[in-house]
Amino acid sequence: MERLLILEDGSCYRGTAFGSDNFQIGELVFNTSMTGYQEILTDNSYCGQIVMMTYPLIGNYGVNRDDNESIVPAVFGFVVKDYCDEPNNWRSQETLDTYLKRENIPGIYGIDTRAITRKLRDKGTMRATLANVDADVDAIVKMLQETDYLHDQVKRVSSQKIFPIPNRGKKVVLMDFGAKLGIVRELSKRGCDLIVVPYDTPADVIMGFHPDGVMLSNGPGNPEDVQVAIDTIQKLIPQTVVFGICLGHQLISLACGAKTYKLKFGHRGANHPVMDLKTGKVEITSQNHGFAVDIDSLKNTRLEMTHQALNDKSCEGVRHKDYPCFSVQFHPEASAGPLDSGHLFDDFMELMEKEDHYA
Amino acid sequence: MPKRQDIHKILVIGSGPIVIGQAAEFDYAGSQACQSLREEGYEVILINSNPATIMTDTTIADRVYIEPITLDFAKRVIYKERPDAILGSLGGQTGLNLVVDLHNDGILDECGVEILGTDLHAINRAEDRELFRALMQEIKEPVPESAIVHTVDLAVEFCNTHGYPVVVRPAYTLGGTGGGFADNEEELREICEAGLKISPVGQCLIEQSIAGYKEIEYEVMRDANDNAIVVCNMENIDPVGIHTGDSIVVAPVQTLTDRENQMLRSASLKIIRALKICGGCNVQLALDPESFKYYVIEVNPRVSRSSALASKATGYPIAKISAKLAVGLTLDEILNPITKTSYACFEPAIDYIVTKFPRFPFDKFPSADRHLGTQMKATGEIMSIGRTFEESFLKAVRSLEMKVDHIYKAEFASMDQMQLLEKIKNSDDERIFAIAQWLRNGFDMSIILKETKMDSFFIHHIKRIIDLEQEMMAHVKDVETLKVLKKNGFSDSYIAKNWNMREKEVYDLRKANGIFPVYKMVDTCAGEFTSATPYFYSSYEEENESICSDRKKIVVLGSGPIRIGQGVEFDYATVHCVETLREAGYEAIIINNNPETVSTDFSISDKLYFEPLTTEDVMHVIELEKPLGVIVQFGGQTAINLADSLVQHGVKILGTSLEDIDRAEDRHEFEAMLRKLDIPQPQGETAVTVEEALVIAQKIGYPVLVRPSYVLGGRAMEIVHNDDELKVYMATAVKEISHDAPILVDKYIVGKELEIDAIADGENVFIPGVMEHIERAGVHSGDSISVYPTQIISEKVKETIIDYGIRIGKGFHFIGLYNIQFIVDKDENVYVLEVNPRSSRTVPFLSKITGIQMSNIATKAILGHSIVEQGYTPGYHPDDKHHVFVKAPVFSFAKLRHVDTVLGPEMKSTGEALGSDVNLEKALYKALVASGISVPMHGNVLLTIADEDKSEALKLAKRFADIGYGIYATKGTAKLLEENGLFVHHANKIEEGGDNSVVEIIRHGRVNFVINTMSNKTNSTSKDGFLIRRVAAENNISCMTSLDTAEALTRVLEALSFSMISMNEMGK
Repeated sequence: MERLLILEDGSCYRGTAFGSDNFQIGELVFNTSMTGYQEILTDNSYCGQIVMMTYPLIGNYGVNRDDNESIVPAVFGFVVKDYCDEPNNWRSQETLDTYLKRENIPGIYGIDTRAITRKLRDKGTMRATLANVDADVDAIVKMLQETDYLHDQVKRVSSQKIFPIPNRGKKVVLMDFGAKLGIVRELSKRGCDLIVVPYDTPADVIMGFHPDGVMLSNGPGNPEDVQVAIDTIQKLIPQTVVFGICLGHQLISLACGAKTYKLKFGHRGANHPVMDLKTGKVEITSQNHGFAVDIDSLKNTRLEMTHQALNDKSCEGVRHKDYPCFSVQFHPEASAGPLDSGHLFDDFMELMEKEDHYA
Repeated sequence: MPKRQDIHKILVIGSGPIVIGQAAEFDYAGSQACQSLREEGYEVILINSNPATIMTDTTIADRVYIEPITLDFAKRVIYKERPDAILGSLGGQTGLNLVVDLHNDGILDECGVEILGTDLHAINRAEDRELFRALMQEIKEPVPESAIVHTVDLAVEFCNTHGYPVVVRPAYTLGGTGGGFADNEEELREICEAGLKISPVGQCLIEQSIAGYKEIEYEVMRDANDNAIVVCNMENIDPVGIHTGDSIVVAPVQTLTDRENQMLRSASLKIIRALKICGGCNVQLALDPESFKYYVIEVNPRVSRSSALASKATGYPIAKISAKLAVGLTLDEILNPITKTSYACFEPAIDYIVTKFPRFPFDKFPSADRHLGTQMKATGEIMSIGRTFEESFLKAVRSLEMKVDHIYKAEFASMDQMQLLEKIKNSDDERIFAIAQWLRNGFDMSIILKETKMDSFFIHHIKRIIDLEQEMMAHVKDVETLKVLKKNGFSDSYIAKNWNMREKEVYDLRKANGIFPVYKMVDTCAGEFTSATPYFYSSYEEENESICSDRKKIVVLGSGPIRIGQGVEFDYATVHCVETLREAGYEAIIINNNPETVSTDFSISDKLYFEPLTTEDVMHVIELEKPLGVIVQFGGQTAINLADSLVQHGVKILGTSLEDIDRAEDRHEFEAMLRKLDIPQPQGETAVTVEEALVIAQKIGYPVLVRPSYVLGGRAMEIVHNDDELKVYMATAVKEISHDAPILVDKYIVGKELEIDAIADGENVFIPGVMEHIERAGVHSGDSISVYPTQIISEKVKETIIDYGIRIGKGFHFIGLYNIQFIVDKDENVYVLEVNPRSSRTVPFLSKITGIQMSNIATKAILGHSIVEQGYTPGYHPDDKHHVFVKAPVFSFAKLRHVDTVLGPEMKSTGEALGSDVNLEKALYKALVASGISVPMHGNVLLTIADEDKSEALKLAKRFADIGYGIYATKGTAKLLEENGLFVHHANKIEEGGDNSVVEIIRHGRVNFVINTMSNKTNSTSKDGFLIRRVAAENNISCMTSLDTAEALTRVLEALSFSMISMNEMGK
């Protein structure tokens, strides 16, 4: 069955349908990872977005039960060049198409994804939607142009209530803005006794758990949309160890008085070199963000930049000069992507050890 | 870190002659590295014995020594040049081994030469099996259960404990030489014994077989600051068990989840860090298809064939960056030369699928064992790029130049299920075609999966192609179907055959309906950043990224995969042509499909199209670019063969015109032309039936030389001596005789062979040199030792040759390069054997030794600049009076089992080495040494000589004896020698057996050389002779099958040695 991908600039691509037909308007973004489509699809930071993979062959190894980054995926659509309906991998449970249909995510394949990538690169990300072949394209384009981006994605994907993931190690409160399960895995692996809290949980409730540290997760959308969390974080920083990833990083920066801005087409992929400014060493990181912290705006804050993107020199990490608080824009939990930066979780553990509650 | 300021002069080691396992990729890596170092301001000294390469051009390094890559000669260079540092990790295994030898010798310490790139410790830890295992255990990376053995018995003991099957890997050998799988003790003993002998340290690894695991490779880089990245990962379609050089490989990996991929990526980075390599490194891993279990198979601490492939697959120039890392720069300081906006410290993201197919020499060696295993057999490879698997895969198939335009071979269509299964099971080079036929016949796919252990992903995709074939048959001439087929990589010629159309009709149908490909850029970043790399591939997509300039453009066709008969020499000529075009202000566009070579380095041309060399693929580029014309004369027979169809499409061939090409290649026109020019050629005629051939042979008299017309590298050429042999030849050697492809039957003239390469501009001819062959006619010119200037022929003969050369150049209206082979009989009659209206194998050799850049001059002539205008005097360029240059062939016999090493009209060598010095003997010595023959001053020689050669051999034997060589000979030969007063050790014939049998004598290394000649009269495929030659090849003992080669060797030995004659003998 044929299907359309329509962009706000009026361009329209005809391809083949797969997945569901739950068409929604979203921000069309591209990801350059060559493996890891399952992790990307289930990464809730993509809430409100339609993801296009630049790697052309997708679906090759199916979908397995282990590599999800959330229970309920929040992506609005999936765009690929060539879809493989006969996957093979020892862990594969089902085809990507079956999975998308069940999770009610629409997809399209058989289109020139490289052409669209180049367009987004030059013109910036765009609103887009999938549509049936008989749809009124002009009407849809008009609708795309008139539709605002979402502002409530974090609310959509954050957990609704507080729940524990018990263990016997450090007590860590995970503020869930749409947390990837990879973050949970890394913390659990290090024995952390986790309490997952919704994004709008007040600081006193969090501190009421007497945590050794607070983990601020990744999440979708513009960080400025989650003012409630910024206020909470402002209160948390002087009280406990804080580690932020991705949206968590942006929220820490905003909480400390820095500014954020929207990137033209973002960083989404598994090959982004980031320099640790202290050691001068470069790590290849997994990234997924459309906003970044303004480096100039750090000047008037107590934050210092610790990591920087090698390519566009954007801010990739900060550290608080007074409190045990640090954050990175990229994903040390990888999934999908290189495992180069997993040691940052060790840094978090060490920092909690140093600030030990009982010490 | 900034680059090193404390070193100034760097000695770079090349990889030497091309052999299986070490080919053109090192020309690419080496020339990139030298240029990269010079860019940084270092003085670069190069040693490399291979004259056919770009790397040994004097413009590549400050000083180029084309000398044997041996300890002896490298030391001389070091003493003379006194470099501060040495870089061996870009010269393949040869380069690494030489660094180790130089270190062990002590000269590096003595002269204060530092090893750059991969240091000795790292080389040892990666290459020495025991040290490597220890390191892997230390960093907790799994390696299969194994044992290092120095004797066969220890190997057997290991297997008695751990069981079979096992894989045997000799230490420090290239391309897995001498290795193999053993299923039982008998096989183990055989393989292990050979392996121990071939390993320079007499050491083999016996390893539990992990055959059936997925074979995954990571190309990794590390700098001195410990930054490490993966440039590319690759998945072998063939599981572990088939050498990666012989496997069909795709990039990036297709069947691994991110978790598996990252697990192996991390392991690879851990390994390169543990080895502390500064530069590139290749890590091969085996992954269990049913779990996360994996093993590290092998690490190459240097650039390799895989890194050349990875460079071309991603656009990331590994060798160039490696050289910079070697002098202390770090990855984050080096700009990514593709984007020029990002840095070398990143991992390329690709948005296409790359397929690599190996190119095997089995078309030339029908008797060779085609089973693929751990020992590499491919001579070259091709790469293709597409946006779907089907597109990439089918492009690869038609790039092979194996007379296939689709994954279809007619001979498989008639096979029954059992025969196909046999093909598939035996994992030979054609298995993929058998698999396709199996699926086409509708047989059970699960059997293939079980037998081949290939991932079903790949088999399913091949099935998709087969399903499309049915679509094709169901919708003949349907435009929508055609569109689908083209999107999936189907070739016009295959569609044409099935739709009963001519290829051009399919092309025209497409053109009428706008079914044309667009071009996508290879940019290392999947389109994320703007880049200006002029590196493109075609795909049936929407957006075209190849923007045409309005400059004057010329398309140059490359020579495709390296194979016997068409080697790196043609890439050399192509690159020079392109350089000249650019200098002359033209936009030079290359089309080629060989990932190993310099010509497919995107910085060489103004635009590189990485495409199959077929009519349609070339035409697509031409339709887009609209060049002034196409140059076909530098890309070997590959390019020449396209001339006809391109002209039919209205394309202008620049240089020698199609009519004149045909005049040289069409037998009848050629004969007519020579008659007109009054130039003699050996008597001969063409035949299309066995009967005709017999009549002709009778008429001109045996022996006759027979071959199919339009041959490459003497394929299927033979000398036959009687009717019976001729009948056998016609029945076996030639599959299809037709009026289109008749058989040539020529008088075989015994005599001396010579050849010239020349340039014509339409008016005048310029001949830089005449080359004389050591071996008499009958040995393919590519397998002969070639000498410049001529040493033996008379001035009169030479003048005749030059005269013929000039007359042919003018008479055939050549414009550009051409090559002529001559034969001179004992009465000094000169005959023309063949004329090649194109660049030849000897062009780089002759260009280098005469200092006349033939390809450049020819290119200018093609552009309309006469020879005179270019400042050259037409006619013969005066000989070099002060030096002698010798080009010696290099063979890869040790790697090709069951291939007879006897030299004949069929070319067998894979590469060549150059020796130069002040006289013939010295030059010969260097050439022989450089070609891998050890030339000890004393030792033993074994003679097994055919009756008709015995008197000639007697003279040789005497000369060997006079310099103190011991003589071993079989009965007949021994008798003759003894009758003539020589002391001879008797060697038993094979059937007599015992410790003294010829085979045992060779196997135990009791002789240094074997001289074996074959009788013309008796059965030419005598089993004994074959066995002797094979045993010699497998035990690394030089076996000479031509008395001329043996004579040349004797001359060298005489020049080196002292006489060893007793006083008693002297009195006589």
